[in-house]
Amino acid sequence: MTRYIIRRLLWVVLVLLVVVFVTFVIFFLMPSGDPALRFAGKGAQPQVLETVRHQLGLDRPWYSQYFSFTRNIFLGDQNGWPGLGFSFATRVPLKDILFERMFVTIQLAVGAAVIWLLVGIPIGILSALRPRSLMDRGAMTFALIGISAPVFFLGPLALYIFWYKLGWLPGTGYKPLSSGFGPWLSHFILPWCVLAVLYAAFYARMTRANLMETMGEDYIRTARAKGLSERRVVLKHGLRAGLTPIVTIFGLDLAGLLGGAIITETIFNIPGIGQYTILAVRRLDLYAIMDITLVAAFFVTFANLVVDIVYAFLDPRVRYD
Amino acid sequence: MAEPLLELKDLRVSFPTEDGLVQAVNVVSLSIMPGETLGVVGESGSGKSVTFLTVMGLINRKSAIVEGEVIFQGEDLLKLPVDELKKIRGSKIGMVFQDPMTSLHPFYKVGYQLAETILAHEDVSKKEANERAVEMLRTVGIPRPDQRAKQYPHEFSGGMRQRAMIAMGLSLNPDLLIADEPTTALDVTVQAQILALIDRLKEEFNAAVVMITHDLGVVAEHADDIQVMYAGRVVEFGDVDDIYYEPMHPYTWGLLGSIPRLTDSLKERLRPITGLPPSMINVPKGCSFNPRCPYQFDRCLTEEPELIPLDGHHAAACHLSLADRRKVLSEGVAIQR
Repeated sequence: MTRYIIRRLLWVVLVLLVVVFVTFVIFFLMPSGDPALRFAGKGAQPQVLETVRHQLGLDRPWYSQYFSFTRNIFLGDQNGWPGLGFSFATRVPLKDILFERMFVTIQLAVGAAVIWLLVGIPIGILSALRPRSLMDRGAMTFALIGISAPVFFLGPLALYIFWYKLGWLPGTGYKPLSSGFGPWLSHFILPWCVLAVLYAAFYARMTRANLMETMGEDYIRTARAKGLSERRVVLKHGLRAGLTPIVTIFGLDLAGLLGGAIITETIFNIPGIGQYTILAVRRLDLYAIMDITLVAAFFVTFANLVVDIVYAFLDPRVRYD
Repeated sequence: MAEPLLELKDLRVSFPTEDGLVQAVNVVSLSIMPGETLGVVGESGSGKSVTFLTVMGLINRKSAIVEGEVIFQGEDLLKLPVDELKKIRGSKIGMVFQDPMTSLHPFYKVGYQLAETILAHEDVSKKEANERAVEMLRTVGIPRPDQRAKQYPHEFSGGMRQRAMIAMGLSLNPDLLIADEPTTALDVTVQAQILALIDRLKEEFNAAVVMITHDLGVVAEHADDIQVMYAGRVVEFGDVDDIYYEPMHPYTWGLLGSIPRLTDSLKERLRPITGLPPSMINVPKGCSFNPRCPYQFDRCLTEEPELIPLDGHHAAACHLSLADRRKVLSEGVAIQR
């Protein structure tokens, strides 16, 4: 197991290297503009542009920039470890900005995840136990709507109803927990719910399908033949096997969101990674783009590893060596 | 005569489907005495499994139409609410299923799955349930049962898993053990061991056994009575000698002819029954065996034969006259003493 984990961690590093490389290549080989020009302003003197280029390190060949960027990540730079570079736009080290924004995104993603698990899985279970009942049809209609309704539609709609019309909730923005539980919660509750709808719908469907399949297994018949209560048959024997695959999906979904929920963060003006992504791309802020890509890729690859390890504990048939 | 342990009276089970009504069990009556072993023989789809899943209440009550009575120790199980039925399942009637690979929960330890059965029915501590589970594993001949109890099903071989299933079926000392094709998924050498085990435990636990199988050879040495089913009906019933030495139904002849025997000369070929079992939606009119029966005549196409007692215990459902059937028999269906 330890050997397996080490091997997988090395793979994570390799994947990240490749991701950084590809992003670098895309940035330089398909330029959408000159970052130096962006910084110096239109109509800048050629000497000024040269100076800016030199300050940003853009006068060096791209592979040289690539190597120093990669080296800084592993060995750290003057701002400590990991060396994440500085923003072209503000000349401020990116490390603190990114960690601060990551913390905001984590709150958003984890809160939404709690909601979608608490809503989606119970709905899926109830549906699976009474297939084709009124409750099942209602739930699956909800799921269909949830899967079809995009966040950029639901978000403004929710804001319009709960903020503008009813006035129950404050508008957009982010309040840290240090400013009080009430303000924090009231600013997060809408984005959580809006972000959770799609996933809740998806998880309800997935839980329903998995559990229905499991309930047809021979070992469920055995559990009934043993004289166990139906409750125990479903909640223990059924769910244990039916929910295990969902753990995999959940790990990857959560990891995907940790890399930034771009639309939700934009609509609700939440200063997380997703919002910063838009900013960074607009500013042609090379190191910010690199860092965000790296963070997102790290979450996904690392979550993959965690999911695989957790799976070995959940399913005794899975063993790594 | 003593009370039968289990008595089925005119049991019918059908499943409405989009293609029509599936007549899985089409009038089955039988009775099992305490301590007796009944072999139920038939091809896939003959209704033998469904009959006994119905006894256990393991078919979906909502999707099936069940008529008739299932009297177990004086109570009609079909009328019992699920809560009452579940007290009987596992404790008074144990069941062993066909495929031990899929019948044990892959995520739980074998000992735990056994202890769970005991805990569901008896008010004992977890520790005691675990100890009894280990003891049961020992009883069914699993070596090092205390260590084996802590393993998962995938760490067991097929035969060992079936032993564990049997241990589970017998853990509460039931009056009846239903074994649904307990050896079909196993190697031939293991099959014999499992059958011998069921025989031994039946004595030890003083339980009646229903042995469901498609293989007449399996029940030959292990059953008292044999019931042959075809297309949801009982076509012949009798004790082992009746069925083996004086079978009185063409379908039974067919089954006997399809058993390979070591005593056969090499030139002698197996005689399989031609054709396939009928669709349970469009069961043939008259005798349901008529499309495959080499002896059918016009009456077979129109009239459904009744299960008629021949002598004593033995009964068969066939329109052929007794004299004709004796003649066919003496001219050599694959019967060898």
